Amino acid sequence: MVDVIDGLYREGTPIKDTKAPGGPIDKRWETRKFEAKLVNPANRRKLSVIVVGTGLAGGAACATLGEAGYNVKAFCYQDSPRRAHSIAAQGGINAAKNYKEDGDSVFRLFYDTVKGGDYRARESNVYRLAEVSASIIDQCVAQGVPFAREYSGLLDNRSFGGVQVSRTFYARGQTGQQLLIGAYQALQRQVAAGTVQMNSRHEMLELIVVDGRARGIVTRDMVTGEIETHLADAVVLATGGYANLFFLSTNAMGCNATATWRAHRKGAYFGNPCFTQIHPTCIPVSGDHQSKLTLMSESLRNDGRIWVPKDPADREKDPRTIPEQDRDYYLERIYPSFGNLVPRDIASRAAKYQCDAGKGVGPGGRGVYLDFADAIARFGRKTVEERYGNLFDMYQQITGDNPYETPMRIYPAVHYTMGGLWVDYDLQSTIPGLFVAGEANFSDHGANRLGASALMQGLADGYFVLPNTIRDYLAAGPFPEVPDSAPAVVEAREAVQQRIDHFLSTKGTRSVDSFHRELGQILWEYCGMERTEAGLTKAVEQIRALRADYWKNVRVLGGNEQVNQSLEKAGRVADFMELAELMCIDALHRRESCGGHFRAESQTEDGEALRDDEAFAYAAAWEFSGPDAPPVLHKEELVYEFVEMKQRSYK
Amino acid sequence: MKINLKIWRQAGPNATGKLVTYRLDDVSPDMSFLEMLDVLNEQLIAKGEEPVEFDSDCREGICGMCGLVINGEPHGPRVTTTCQLHMRSFKDCDTITIEPLRADPFPVLRDLVVDRSPLDRIIAAGGFISVSTGAAPEAHATPVPKKNADRAFDTAACIGCGACVAACPNAAAMLFIGAKVTHLGELPQGQPERAARIVKMLNQHDAEGFGGCTNVGACADACPKSIPFDVISQLNKDLRTSLVRGL
Amino acid sequence: MKLLMALTGSLFVLFVLMHMYGNLKVFAGQEAFDSYAHHLRTLGEPILPYSGFLWIFRIVLVLSVIGHAYSAFYLWSKAHNARSTRYAVRAAGAAAWRTQTMRWGGVALIAFLTWHLMHFTTNKINVNSAVSDATIGDSPYQLVVASFQVWWITVFYLAALVAVGLHLQHGVWSAVQTLGWAGTPGARRISQLLGNAVALVVSIGFALPPLFIMFGFVK
Repeated sequence: MVDVIDGLYREGTPIKDTKAPGGPIDKRWETRKFEAKLVNPANRRKLSVIVVGTGLAGGAACATLGEAGYNVKAFCYQDSPRRAHSIAAQGGINAAKNYKEDGDSVFRLFYDTVKGGDYRARESNVYRLAEVSASIIDQCVAQGVPFAREYSGLLDNRSFGGVQVSRTFYARGQTGQQLLIGAYQALQRQVAAGTVQMNSRHEMLELIVVDGRARGIVTRDMVTGEIETHLADAVVLATGGYANLFFLSTNAMGCNATATWRAHRKGAYFGNPCFTQIHPTCIPVSGDHQSKLTLMSESLRNDGRIWVPKDPADREKDPRTIPEQDRDYYLERIYPSFGNLVPRDIASRAAKYQCDAGKGVGPGGRGVYLDFADAIARFGRKTVEERYGNLFDMYQQITGDNPYETPMRIYPAVHYTMGGLWVDYDLQSTIPGLFVAGEANFSDHGANRLGASALMQGLADGYFVLPNTIRDYLAAGPFPEVPDSAPAVVEAREAVQQRIDHFLSTKGTRSVDSFHRELGQILWEYCGMERTEAGLTKAVEQIRALRADYWKNVRVLGGNEQVNQSLEKAGRVADFMELAELMCIDALHRRESCGGHFRAESQTEDGEALRDDEAFAYAAAWEFSGPDAPPVLHKEELVYEFVEMKQRSYK
Repeated sequence: MKINLKIWRQAGPNATGKLVTYRLDDVSPDMSFLEMLDVLNEQLIAKGEEPVEFDSDCREGICGMCGLVINGEPHGPRVTTTCQLHMRSFKDCDTITIEPLRADPFPVLRDLVVDRSPLDRIIAAGGFISVSTGAAPEAHATPVPKKNADRAFDTAACIGCGACVAACPNAAAMLFIGAKVTHLGELPQGQPERAARIVKMLNQHDAEGFGGCTNVGACADACPKSIPFDVISQLNKDLRTSLVRGL
Repeated sequence: MKLLMALTGSLFVLFVLMHMYGNLKVFAGQEAFDSYAHHLRTLGEPILPYSGFLWIFRIVLVLSVIGHAYSAFYLWSKAHNARSTRYAVRAAGAAAWRTQTMRWGGVALIAFLTWHLMHFTTNKINVNSAVSDATIGDSPYQLVVASFQVWWITVFYLAALVAVGLHLQHGVWSAVQTLGWAGTPGARRISQLLGNAVALVVSIGFALPPLFIMFGFVK
């Protein structure tokens, strides 16, 4: 056995994506679709697929697989598939339609995404994403998604997140909602057609692996508490990201990593867990009661100016009384060419530095001003209202302040996780038959995701990629029937039951939320916007101690046979604890700064992120080797044939 | 702030429920309504009492998962979702009564958690455009006048929270259906199935046991997304067309 | 069911407007009023027998009342079944008020209608002891005048008119909505205005004769 490195992990054999065909990048997807085996339409209803999660990726996959005639069983923890957190995405969805004739193309979208991801994503996957992006818009329009239109009746586009072409399609500030409702309606159509069996208020608690293949899941009915076994020929996880392990994030209350973590424990490798995205424009924390953070669309930075008082003594003052010369518009000062529109990670980190220097404003001193006074003076209040009215209303609703009169306060918050289960070009994990789609996989965004790309990836995976690649696997099925008495099934069910019994019988002193909050504080402090060797080491120790205490000291009241949200959360937080540790180990081992991962030790003289392409141009795929054993790192080398690796600069 | 709460507690779908009184002493006006309940739950857990179960997910007013009837009004005194309601909307020493969304098609599962799956079944009955993946024409093939696109959006903003049903004295889900048939009916893509869609959705609505609309308008007053009441008239108009066509 | 309600309701609105037109003839004097009442009975002759039109009209109206009430009770019971557990706290909003006025107001109107028909059509009850039955004779005009000289009858009718007005205010606009003509914000505003207008016109129009009679302007 190889040595334990840094006392934390071992290194295993390299891993490789074997599914992407070689050759010209623009022919790879076509080739793969052609080479993937077909399933005779008459055989499809004999093949069953479990899909966990009904957001953009899962909902779209369910609908498409159902339309194709497969027998689909869908699961979500919410009371309806329409509630998945994809719904909260505000800004828009990118697509290489080039409707504006401004030089956009599939290749440019591909290039921007690879560059934006700081050269830590796989070229083949990203190219395919850009390639199918245009079909997504066609599909959604046909479904009745009410995208914004011009007076001509044609679709409107805007530029988003500092990109120089206008390729973002949007439906006011509710693009995610409209796209999800489109997918949801397509899904409900299949429910009515009988091809999809929908199980809402069901949470996946274990993966069933039989003879090396993913064959089913164990779920808990969140109303009756019943532990159920569901078997199929393949399992798709589309369960979203794990940003909720920070406790305070822009994720929904129920977002969790249990499905992916359970799969990881059963053999699926976890890719790049330390790549998390911190969004710069969120409403700051207002007190200890805070349960989540609310994002304000990035588009606010188009017209708003970010500043802090030059003198920390001014931070308690009414911002309107601070004269111009006493304000520091720090982004405009440090990044004269991009100004307030620098990428998310840079804007976030800059805000942190200002607050660390004691200039932060608002409760707790964690906030900076986003000021629209100049925009209102220049365009008039009416124009500003047209552009941002709904966001201003939302801000006022939450904070009680009127942003037309006084500057908004914003602060970064965890928003998205680029990391996720490792998958090959077919979106198949290292467990045969287990596919992973959307934010739950690690594949397309590298170390940083561009704005308006999450919706694109979710729908690309769900509508167009997965249904084409999964058939190559299903063509070998139906696989032998698994009896309920099979050892793998019995073992999975018992594991679930034991965990539930443990939580209910521990009768400790602390609530699940109090542990979750503490875990979040550790991560935000040491594995947030800026990470250091010492901090991460400390975080690993603290997380381990917290986890040990958790299993002994958590208090979950009530029983299993009822709606019991504490019990639901107890399982999720247990998995968060383990994932958090892996995240810190990954962050510790990656001694470079790239994208959303900023290591203080690796920066340029000006304090910018410094990549180390010699040592770290790989994706880290982690293998689970036991709850207290060091995880094993498998490196997937990243080769750039079509895009040249460059250091980002926004000065 | 000090707040007195009367909360509906019900152990399970078939159990009898009752209002139970609680008192909270340290409520910050900046708390959201649901965060206030989180604080209550932490205190209950510390005392060894089972916490109050209530639904919420995104907590930014878009997923539609939350929905409590606060002092007789779904989502409380403001035109917003429960999660976006803040305690500054209440006064010190207020007594707040919290009940679940009440309608027989929405049975209580526990405390304030109800089952809203009838709304999913109404959508499954016809609230969609039948276009399979890959069958879509180029997006610019059919222009949509901005006016229609905007109205489609306004009505598509429905979050399916069920507040309209809870507010309606008849427990009808007409605003929900009206919003969907108007959304799809405003778009050229929605025309082929327009007449049949509405009949199927209404049949499902009645089969689920919702009441009938008597044009009271409480639904639109309670709607956190301000779906306008005229979608119900639009629905009636479309229904007339469908009836004339003998569907 | 709602369509039935809306259509029968619309018939009533037309009827009520016509009825009001007839009532206002009180101001034109006994002859005009009585001949109008008589005219109603000869309308359609000789195609229809004496009172033929009136009878057809009456049958249609009675069927409409039945249909209207049936659909109302149907919706009422459906609403009741759709929410068997009531809210402990009910918001005192306009919505609750509207529902209650429609339901209980409707029931009250049926009771009123029964009395009203007995009073003026079937039994021709003379409530004014100061006027002898002989004076009234066969003149509807005299009966009307005699009745409304009694203050409590007038007050009773005025109360009924308030109920009619409230019922119409919601009913007219509601019928427009149900028939699908209020599908835009503008159309909705117009039909709500229409509802208010009809309600006002009808209740004032009906209120004038009794008031004028009570205060002795019409004898």
